[in-house]
Amino acid sequence: MTDFVHSTPGGDSAREDLQRPSALRQWMSYMRRDKKALFGLIVLGVLIFSAVFAHWLSPYDPNAMDFSMMLKPSLQHPLGTDDLGRDLLSRLLHGTQISLFVGISTVILGMAAGVTLGVVAGYFGKWVDTIIMRYVDLQWAFPNFIIAVYLVAVFGTGLANVIIAISLAYIDDFARVARGMVLTIKQEQYIAAAHTLGASDNRVMWRHILPNAMAPIIVQATVSVSYAILAEAGLSFLGLGVESDTPTWGLILADSRSFISRAWWLGVFPGLFIMITVLSINFLGDALRDMLDVREVTDAH
Amino acid sequence: MTGYLLRRSVGAILVMWAVATLVFFMLRAVPGDPIAAMLFDVGDADAIAALKAKLGLDQPVYVQYVKWFLLVLQGDLGNSIYGSRIEVSRIVMEALPRTLSLASLAFVIAIVIAVPAGLISAIRKHSALDNMVTVFAFLGLAMPDFWLGIMLIIIFAANLHWLPAIGYAPLSQGFWPWFSHLILPAIAVGTPFAAIIARMIRSSMLEVLNSDYINVANAKGLKKLRIILVHAFPNALIPVVTVMGIAIALLMAGAVVVENVFAIKGLGRVLIEGILNRDYPVVQGAILLVSAIFVFANLAVDVLYTVIDPRIRYDS
Repeated sequence: MTDFVHSTPGGDSAREDLQRPSALRQWMSYMRRDKKALFGLIVLGVLIFSAVFAHWLSPYDPNAMDFSMMLKPSLQHPLGTDDLGRDLLSRLLHGTQISLFVGISTVILGMAAGVTLGVVAGYFGKWVDTIIMRYVDLQWAFPNFIIAVYLVAVFGTGLANVIIAISLAYIDDFARVARGMVLTIKQEQYIAAAHTLGASDNRVMWRHILPNAMAPIIVQATVSVSYAILAEAGLSFLGLGVESDTPTWGLILADSRSFISRAWWLGVFPGLFIMITVLSINFLGDALRDMLDVREVTDAH
Repeated sequence: MTGYLLRRSVGAILVMWAVATLVFFMLRAVPGDPIAAMLFDVGDADAIAALKAKLGLDQPVYVQYVKWFLLVLQGDLGNSIYGSRIEVSRIVMEALPRTLSLASLAFVIAIVIAVPAGLISAIRKHSALDNMVTVFAFLGLAMPDFWLGIMLIIIFAANLHWLPAIGYAPLSQGFWPWFSHLILPAIAVGTPFAAIIARMIRSSMLEVLNSDYINVANAKGLKKLRIILVHAFPNALIPVVTVMGIAIALLMAGAVVVENVFAIKGLGRVLIEGILNRDYPVVQGAILLVSAIFVFANLAVDVLYTVIDPRIRYDS
């Protein structure tokens, strides 16, 4: 971890004591050394680009049917066509929008709710902590995906419900991480100082404690995005996801099952899209974990 | 130990009660009256009212809850609202051995792959083998299990015709029919599990191999294999067992999805079909049983923990 500081290009440790490299430069030098993280960053960049511009990048309308059914991958249809003659590449590119949107929005919602619960529980302690953590522990006993399935069972299917279900399923993860951090930070002298200066509980929680608790929360959030994408694909695959005419990776994969003996490409490519997306986010998550640990170590000295 | 066991068992039962209660009230609290939606096909309002009365749904919720709960305690989970209104307890008990078969086989396969893989990559750190294990672990974690299932069907069933693509055969029909139906789904379920375990074993072995007592064993001139298997491995297992509870949960969640790929009518398939049919007694029953498996698997892992690591004493 600490060797990061010493291997910063062109820096001797004496100078670094005076002037720490900016976050951006740390990030860039890290990326130069960590090929996995670089791969993740590039792939994710391409995915976000293609999600944003899916409408222009897609060679065909993702829902346009014609008689060119079940075509093998070719120059006209790079990833082939499905049973209704729809272009698979166009459908998968539009699916990127849904997957990334669900992945990011669920994590933002789950993080907001979970971190709030965790900070409040850790800060106030006593019965507040007991009540909140009893619930969090209950949820912790179950895998997030199963909780999402339970919640879809209650709320019903559809994009909005899927987003709510998956984000609620992540509350416990964030609450635990946030609470753990708050319990440590609460003991710091600057928190005592803030109290002495008459800062309100709200101010101490959100302006003094939370910013210092962010590092592990950010790492947790990154990892959660990849799990949320897998969860959305799984729910769609099971028929518990978005409406059935929306092109999502999970749904395309589910539809492919009837044709897998005749049209392998319908089964292979959606899964590859999911796998590469999740892989690149996991790589980034690992890199962030390393980098943010570095920050903590160097700050402590 | 008995005190600890007792406390944990009571805790597990409380969790189950909380889950049952949550599920019961949540299914009734949602806007849009799922029961009316469920009965939509039955016909006019009178028919709906009659059916509601028959199912006891016209009574206040707390009365329904108490009645339902007393029945659940007797193992009566109600009846499916479809077809021949078959008992939910029968549906889930028929499904249970299928899910348990799948999850256990997946567990065995994952351990058989992950333990040697993790050990080898720790012993031969940074070798080609280690790198290969790392790559497979990353892929295994990123790959959706249901997609892996489909890929296995394409390769081994649709093209090579070695194994049946879908379905289930109980063990009573012989080992091979059971095994041949389950091996592909078990690989699909077990792969992410194997990836996690292999990574865990690698890192915890590396830590243990760096410790003083291993240096002493080396200095004494003990055989390398003996050091690894007898001295290092048991201690390296401790952190692995800690994540085992989470990993088993993952295994069960995987089974729920993968059963749907291979048309195995286990708990997962029952649950999903129940949700899609809005057959809420079935959904409730399946959720309860799946939850019970999680809660008791976690309990079992915690107890196992004390057996593997004698330093842990919960009673003190």
